[in-house]
Amino acid sequence: MSEVPQNLRYTSDHEWVRLEDDGSVVVGITDHAQEALGELVYVEAPEAGQEYGKGDACVVVESVKAASDVYAPISGECSESNGALADEPERVNQSPYEDGWLVRLIPSDPAEMEELMDADAYAQFLIDSDG
Amino acid sequence: MPYIPHTDKDVAEMLAGIGASSTEDLFDEIPVGLRVDDLPGVPEALTEAEITRLMRRRARRDGEVVSFLGAGAYEHYIPAAVWDVATRGEFYSAYTPYQAEASQGTLQLIYEYQTMMTGLTGLDVSNASLYDGATAFAEACLMAVRANRKSKSGRVLVSRGVNPIYRSVTDAIIKGQGIELVEIPLRDGRTDVDALAQFDGQDFAALCLQQPTFLGTIEEADAITDWAHERNILVIGSCNPLSLALLKAPGDWGENGADIACGEGQPLGIPLSSGGPYFGYMVCRTQLQRQMPGRIVGGTLDIEGRVGYTLTLQAREQHIRRSKATSNICTNQGLMVTAATIHMSLLGAEGLRRVALACHANTRMLADALAKIDGVSIAFGPYFHEAVVQLDRPAQSIIEALGSQKILAGYDLSAHYPELGSALLVCATEARTSDDIGAYVAAFEDAMKKSQAA
Amino acid sequence: MSEPLIFEISQRGRRAPSHAPSDVPEHDLPADLLREDPPLLPEVSELQVVRHFTRLSQRNFSIDTEFYPLGSCTMKYNPKACNRLAMLPEFLERHPLGAVEHGQGFLECMYELQDMLAAVTGMAATSLTPMAGAQGEFAGVAMIRAYHDANGDHERREIIVPDAAHGTNPATATMCGCVAVEIPTGADGDIDMDALRDAVGPQTAGIMLTNPSTLGVFERKITEVAKIVHDAGGLLYYDGANLNAILGRAFPGDMGFDVMHLNLHKTFSTPHGGGGPGSGAVCVNERLEPFLPIPVVGKKIVDGEDRYVWLTEADRPRSIGRLSAFMGNAGILLRAYIYMRILGREGMRRVSEFATLNANYLMKRLADLGFDVAFPERRASHEFIVSLKAITSETGITAMDFAKALLDRGFHAPTTYFPLLIPECLLIEPTETEARQDLDAFANALAEIRDLARSDPDAVKAAPMTTPVRRLDDVRAARHLDLAWRPADDASQ
Repeated sequence: MSEVPQNLRYTSDHEWVRLEDDGSVVVGITDHAQEALGELVYVEAPEAGQEYGKGDACVVVESVKAASDVYAPISGECSESNGALADEPERVNQSPYEDGWLVRLIPSDPAEMEELMDADAYAQFLIDSDG
Repeated sequence: MPYIPHTDKDVAEMLAGIGASSTEDLFDEIPVGLRVDDLPGVPEALTEAEITRLMRRRARRDGEVVSFLGAGAYEHYIPAAVWDVATRGEFYSAYTPYQAEASQGTLQLIYEYQTMMTGLTGLDVSNASLYDGATAFAEACLMAVRANRKSKSGRVLVSRGVNPIYRSVTDAIIKGQGIELVEIPLRDGRTDVDALAQFDGQDFAALCLQQPTFLGTIEEADAITDWAHERNILVIGSCNPLSLALLKAPGDWGENGADIACGEGQPLGIPLSSGGPYFGYMVCRTQLQRQMPGRIVGGTLDIEGRVGYTLTLQAREQHIRRSKATSNICTNQGLMVTAATIHMSLLGAEGLRRVALACHANTRMLADALAKIDGVSIAFGPYFHEAVVQLDRPAQSIIEALGSQKILAGYDLSAHYPELGSALLVCATEARTSDDIGAYVAAFEDAMKKSQAA
Repeated sequence: MSEPLIFEISQRGRRAPSHAPSDVPEHDLPADLLREDPPLLPEVSELQVVRHFTRLSQRNFSIDTEFYPLGSCTMKYNPKACNRLAMLPEFLERHPLGAVEHGQGFLECMYELQDMLAAVTGMAATSLTPMAGAQGEFAGVAMIRAYHDANGDHERREIIVPDAAHGTNPATATMCGCVAVEIPTGADGDIDMDALRDAVGPQTAGIMLTNPSTLGVFERKITEVAKIVHDAGGLLYYDGANLNAILGRAFPGDMGFDVMHLNLHKTFSTPHGGGGPGSGAVCVNERLEPFLPIPVVGKKIVDGEDRYVWLTEADRPRSIGRLSAFMGNAGILLRAYIYMRILGREGMRRVSEFATLNANYLMKRLADLGFDVAFPERRASHEFIVSLKAITSETGITAMDFAKALLDRGFHAPTTYFPLLIPECLLIEPTETEARQDLDAFANALAEIRDLARSDPDAVKAAPMTTPVRRLDDVRAARHLDLAWRPADDASQ
């Protein structure tokens, strides 16, 4: 059973979103996602200043067998990426919600946060789609 | 029945096991209207002896030609050990090394090949090869467009000195993706460095040079490389790998070296064989390695700590991205790489250097002798192992005259380089003896006497 | 026992000197054009080279040494005669740009090969230039697009692809500026016809299909599929990877395909060579003939005799262009030609006959031994799928574990990662050149591994144990990239 922290919001593409006090938003992939991908070998993250619309591919995570796009859960501008992942991509597998965060975005439309699933909805989504 | 091992007893028992009465039953899912009973367009079978006689006869029709033709494919001596070992069944009939534990021979060989190519080019990471020099060039252009984050134009500068067929193949491959090739003119047979100024301020993803150029001349790559890098343009060098045993490596061009080197591997132990199979090579800077198409072999350890080799970075290779430019390539020229690696091991740096120098010396001997003939001049220098011979009459007349004596005179440049007038690209590799060269010059002189000046 | 790298055997000053000219004159090249340091290449004697690479070869599995039932790869015997005759010195020495007068022998072989390939596929014309299946696919989709553009149908940009298709298909569509649209496959292995009807329309450029499909079964409604796509204005592309199943028994041309590629390294037994070279000749019907990639071999009558010539840009102005520097993998094409001449008219049909017999026999053997066959009610084509999902649930032993255990028993594994639709599967293609006793031995080996999975799963997980290396750390290989050997810092070479 994969972990689904209560204080986060989620997308149907298995990204999690955490709203920070300063209004920025931290994005990562869920425990379910890292489990499905297998051990990550590389993370390609954007440079600061890149802008994304909701649903645009913003990060690529690579395992031995596949490279997968991670989509921006909300529209916004990237203010930073998790630089530690360049040398230790396995942080995403070991700590998907903490040390394995991917990018920080400055949202351009705060209303989009409402469109995201809460923890219970995401947990149900996982059950319904049978993982 | 050639290659079918079944006895009648086997067939009967196998059918019984399946529960079918004849092999025809096994095709009962094919709709009746689609079934074919015969192949009238295919001749009757030949025994091995019969096909041997046929092929020997056809080969004899084509043999005994002395070639002074290069233009992208070169005749070099290939030591006997190269193909003797490369066609061992364990190399010849092995599959792609997906099950690494069952393919350590092929994988280690490719790792050694990759190492040798980084040495020749002075760059960091090689792939396991591509189809040929032309497609390697196309893939390098696609790769540069993908990799150059600072460029959005999808435009690539290509010197007129790059093989015209490579440019044509690249057009065919990239035209579906909106990428544009823009030509840099030549002066005195080499890329016109002064002409680069006209491109100042424009957005290009890459600049491509060929070394030596298609015309045989040696580019002054340093200035061009620096010009490109000052403008955030990636530099691609399409280089004859034999020439790299002698000439400055693309990794040493200008201040920072080229970004991608590619080219045709045929000169490294691959026979001319009417144009294929050859192999394309590609080597790049570490920063670009994840954008490189094709297979790559990496070293690792097994569960007992033993060194082993495996295909790696495969996610890039097979992944289908909706990004700007994509490649569907999924093969390498395994057998050719095997031969080339053995060839490079047999010759080594010193051997390849001597071959390169011998080619240069032979072409110089040929060019100097031809220049003494009235109506003939050598257009450009310095050259590596091909030279442009300009004539006062159509090159085709010389080609035909020498052709009737079974001498391949050279490549007629008039179609692709009309600005050169009547011109022939000649090449004398180390495979040509001084007798061969003497015979060529004599035949050329003869042909000049017999034909009229234009 | 490991085999050192050639660089580790290398010693400064050691050479195989007889292969390069010994007396080399001075040169006149400007110093600033030359390299300063020699490239890092080995310095070894000829015996060391021969021994090293021979020993490397002995660390490979190959068709010459092991049964290789890799699904969708057609690992049949590569006849030695094809290699020997393709490597006759006169063929090897011929320059690609040599005058056609000096190439009539070679060109005659190529011309006849073009004709024979069209004859066995029911198509009108052939181009031999694509150098691999993927290039053949590219040519095929590019020709479809060129056809629509020539008709002014510029909106036709969608290529329909079944979800069971090989990954190169959608990639090829993208390369040609098209969009791949996936449709589902039904539980019985045939295409979902309703989904197909929904997917076609004025935006459809064409559909890419394999028949028999990648699931190992014949697409029974193919004529109907063709009608639906043609009626909507699209064209049909045939991926010839599975031609071994129907060679000489059914023509893709009759099924309604407009264009196809062949894998000469599969169906026509040219060597796999450790990953290549392949050859992906394309065949087309009349509609697409003007767009074939160049060059193509033509025939003219000159002075009452057949003369073979190259047809290039001037002869074929609507061609999609050149895909290689010369004319494709000539030496491979010669091998395919020789193979087809040795097999002849009846031999082609025997290929599909015995490939299908072997596949159906092996499928039944494995079913009798208790394995789950994916489509037990269907005939196998030249290959079939065994699902190991139940065994995996029961024991934790995966298809990959089976593959590794097979290596210890002297068999190369079948395909395990494809098709993606069926988890924990083995796609098994025995080919027609394998003897019944080898099929039995393979089936027994699989059963033995299955039994071991139940009694001692750790023993299976530990496989392979007899190969030159045990299981390799793929993650380490990708995380800590070691892609070339480097000398130790202070060591002089």
